Amino acid sequence: MELLSKWLPYILAGISVGGQYALIAIGYTMVYGILRLINFAHGDMFMIAGLMAVYLATALPLYITLPLVLVLTVMLGCTIEVVAYRPLRTAPRMSIMISAIGVSYFLQNLALYATGGLAQTYPKIEWLARTVNVFGASTKMVTLVTPVLVIVLVVALVMLIKYTKIGMAMRAVSRDFETSQLMGIDINRVITVTFVIGSFLAAIGSILYFTNYTGIMPTSGGMPGLKAFVAAVFGGIGSIPGAVIGAFVIGICENLIKGANLTTFSDAFTFVLLIIILMVKPTGLFGEKNIDKV
Amino acid sequence: MTEERLTARCLSKKTKYILSAAAIIAVLALVWVLEQNIPPTSSWSMLFTVIKKGAIYSLVVVSMNLLNGFTGLFSLGQAGFMLIGAYAYAIFAIPVEAKDSVYQYYEPLIGFSVPEMLTNAMGGAGTVGGTLGEYLGVIILMLFAGLVTAGIAFLIGLPVLRLKSDYLAIASLGFAEIIRTIFQWDGLGSVTNGSNLLRKFPTFSSSLFPLIVSGLCIAIIVLLINSSYGRAFKAIRDDEIAAEAMGVNLFKHKQLSFVISSFFTGIGGAMLAMFQATVNATPFTSNMTYELLLIVVIGGIGSVTGSVIGSFLFIACSEWWLRFLDEGQFLGMDADFMRPGFRKVVFALIIICIVLFYSRGIMGTREFSWDGVFNFFRTLPTRLVAFFKALPGRLVAFFKALPGRIVKFFKTLPSRISGKVKKLTGKTKNSKNNHINNTDKREEAQ
Amino acid sequence: MKKKVALLLALVMVFSMFAVGCGGGGDDAEYAGTVKIGVFEPASGDNGPGGKQEALGVQYANYVQPTVEIGGETYKVELVEADNESDNGKAVTAATNLVSSGVSIVLGSYGSAVSIAAGDVFKDAGMPAMGITCTNPQVTKGNDVYFRICFLDPFQGTVLANYAWDNGMRKAYCLSKLGDDYSVGLANFFMQAFKAKGGAVVYEQFPDKNSDFTGYVANAKKQGCDVFFSPVSIEAAVLIIDQAQAQKLGMPILAGDTWDSNKVAEAAKGTDVEIIVTTFYQEGGNAQFDEGIKAWMEEDSTALKNNGGNTDLAAVTAMGYDAYFVALEAIKAAGSTDPADVLAALPNVEYDGVCGKVVFGENGDAVRDVAYVKKCNNETGKWEFLAEQRVEE
Repeated sequence: MELLSKWLPYILAGISVGGQYALIAIGYTMVYGILRLINFAHGDMFMIAGLMAVYLATALPLYITLPLVLVLTVMLGCTIEVVAYRPLRTAPRMSIMISAIGVSYFLQNLALYATGGLAQTYPKIEWLARTVNVFGASTKMVTLVTPVLVIVLVVALVMLIKYTKIGMAMRAVSRDFETSQLMGIDINRVITVTFVIGSFLAAIGSILYFTNYTGIMPTSGGMPGLKAFVAAVFGGIGSIPGAVIGAFVIGICENLIKGANLTTFSDAFTFVLLIIILMVKPTGLFGEKNIDKV
Repeated sequence: MTEERLTARCLSKKTKYILSAAAIIAVLALVWVLEQNIPPTSSWSMLFTVIKKGAIYSLVVVSMNLLNGFTGLFSLGQAGFMLIGAYAYAIFAIPVEAKDSVYQYYEPLIGFSVPEMLTNAMGGAGTVGGTLGEYLGVIILMLFAGLVTAGIAFLIGLPVLRLKSDYLAIASLGFAEIIRTIFQWDGLGSVTNGSNLLRKFPTFSSSLFPLIVSGLCIAIIVLLINSSYGRAFKAIRDDEIAAEAMGVNLFKHKQLSFVISSFFTGIGGAMLAMFQATVNATPFTSNMTYELLLIVVIGGIGSVTGSVIGSFLFIACSEWWLRFLDEGQFLGMDADFMRPGFRKVVFALIIICIVLFYSRGIMGTREFSWDGVFNFFRTLPTRLVAFFKALPGRLVAFFKALPGRIVKFFKTLPSRISGKVKKLTGKTKNSKNNHINNTDKREEAQ
Repeated sequence: MKKKVALLLALVMVFSMFAVGCGGGGDDAEYAGTVKIGVFEPASGDNGPGGKQEALGVQYANYVQPTVEIGGETYKVELVEADNESDNGKAVTAATNLVSSGVSIVLGSYGSAVSIAAGDVFKDAGMPAMGITCTNPQVTKGNDVYFRICFLDPFQGTVLANYAWDNGMRKAYCLSKLGDDYSVGLANFFMQAFKAKGGAVVYEQFPDKNSDFTGYVANAKKQGCDVFFSPVSIEAAVLIIDQAQAQKLGMPILAGDTWDSNKVAEAAKGTDVEIIVTTFYQEGGNAQFDEGIKAWMEEDSTALKNNGGNTDLAAVTAMGYDAYFVALEAIKAAGSTDPADVLAALPNVEYDGVCGKVVFGENGDAVRDVAYVKKCNNETGKWEFLAEQRVEE
């Protein structure tokens, strides 16, 4: 019991941040599954979603701000896809990746320019930010809400992919890009839907994450983005349950490491975990094996 | 124009060597003369910053290109390797008497300094021998930095190089972050000074030093690329399975390319430490690697010349040419929108434009050659004449067609917005897909 | 064709702007000339907010006193700002850029690490530099051109350790940021002094770009510490306070001069987190200065934004104000705009500023033996004066 009360704060923090990583990781994993593109701009979009909330909340009440943030982030995600990725659909893969890096660079610098390099404080959502007591450990409400919300959203997403027509199309495209095109699937529509889902989840993730850690800087998207991406690779990139499980594992482990007074290594440990899993299973936890054929 | 190319004359090998040597000497002499004549308070002295940093970046970018562009290994560990090189140099170069003030909170473990030892051994500070000794020490340490980096790369390569494309990228990125953390760790404080700055080691003041060192290193890389090893690397890049079938030992060659690239990255890291005069692990993040990758692509994946040109352009833009955008003045007027940060926004936009409209980079996979230069100038008059001859006709045609086009533009605007945009952009053709695309296509087709 | 046009347009845009940018400028006729003062401050990155507040002081001073008399003639003072991005690598080029723009003296920077990193550039160019609030000893040690007008970390660390010990705190949790010479230095000097008194210390560091302080706050609680000492940047401060509130930290937070900012006080407003800091200047210390700068900030929306949206003063702003006048004194004493002459004149300059008297002593460090201890009022979100602290040598 004493052991539990000692470690509970870390586990709670881990579950909470893990859930937030999961929401970002899904965006990475879906885009990768379909376009084979590491969408480096995804983490920065998450940061921009946070900034939007900051600026909108100064003029609008929260119940309008938050839905508006979701809508605007989705629009931003689709715009990035249309402007920066779509023209390069047939270009070498490296070019799209660089385009993604360029967009990430642009979003960061735009945020830097808009905020003047000053950290912005996320608007306080009273219900999520209030302090609650869980078995003697005090924490924010958002810690408890996050895992529930993540599970609900992921179940909904999996149902969507499994039972709807567009879901079927998505599975087909991720299996074989060119053949599915020949079969009459509107590739661009599938990709747009993918970006819509990814951006939507990233926006929800940003609300939860920044309620928990209230400061937003232009670089705020970098680390969560990178960790979410690691989570996606860890779980086997392309697999949604894999990304979610990977995110929770990484979130919890990184907090336990901090609890073990190895704080210097909390970020590096994420990568150690990644490398170990890649050594044992080169395509991640739930990844499908690729066979090279000539 | 095609006909001109067909009849393009080739220069003899000897002439090329002479030309190259002359060009190198001319550039070095020019830099030397400029250095003597431009005081540090002149606004032109930024030129030397650009030359120094550009030369260092060139070396690092070329070695990254060796890996990404010539061997087809998508590795993102560059910043980590630069960090190792920088530290390996700095730790052994700090003079003994300065150690106490550098290692403020730790007991320094390395109780000697290589350049200092050699200075004393060859006649002491201030003498000609001593100065030579210091240079020798610095060069030995730079080689040492390269070797340490290569050694660590060898160990990292054992597991990492067995991974495929994106997995390789993320694993190497991970290793770079782990390296950074280890160097920041308090427990190694007596060697690395924890996360604090290392400084007071010998540095260079003339831009000739990085130019010459980078030039030599890049020359070695070029020789390697043109050797049988280089051909094996390219074979792996173009098709791993075919290369293996032809008897290329995949792992051995990948490891070789990885280690050699890291060796030169390590030297680049050591020079960066000298350029900055201080080192700590914080700036060597994945963002630094992304920046290098951007330069590789801007220059052209698979072109050494492109990497060099890209490095100098990138550094010049980010450090010098675009700085005025931050200063709040435009056409002599106050412009509020041009406050700090605007430079970077513009810069990012330029990069996106280059990637979108010029996705093969400045040089594509082409390289600089004297033949190319001569043929360019030889055919220039003919082309100019042709251009100006055709110009009036073209202008007339353009203005004749203009009204119609404008009308058409506005007529079709609504319909295009409402959906045709998709088709137009989706069909952007890039018929000259290069090798990377081809291999990807094949992967995807399975 | 499209590509070519796009590229051409981009190039034309860049180069035309470049050409225009270089061509601008020109002296006003009423002045004998212009003297340039370099402001070497971070405008972005971790230390961006602090750097901006420090630069505000300099800008306000320039607004109050835009001219200087040199050898009987009036010169216009122009500020040249360079953003060092709180990054040691960028600091070098930003410093080179300042030197190349022909400044007579450089002020700054907020954050010791960038000052140390750029120190050699100034040294090589013989450019006098004056640290405003960079408290790490290494900034000036062994560098003849670097001066500073604030106290040093060994002093500040001792002051803080004394304060903690005198108030019955026996076990301290120290938190610094990896690679940040300021926080690592201050934490180390604090720990030295605190241990010397017989206190116990738990020391941890957090990595760059970290925004999750849950684990650190939990660690401090788990170890049963009496005080949470975290002399880190303002960005991190806001997050730490937020976590401390969420987890009910239950111990006072102690910090150095960086935390003396309205942003920190604002974050602590409405919480029950106790925050105590040491600093250079107490608001209300000089009524005329306070009123003047507040009125100026109200008029200038950019200044107000850079100050974090309200007119509460940070100590670094007052220090920036003093630094500008010390620089003017040096230029006057030198009787020329040549950096070498200013450098020669600087060590002998004495100036009575709003933060006290500035006299340069050993290593070019200002002689200072007073630090102000302030506490945050959680109801009003303002700093309140607690004590004046000296150290007996």
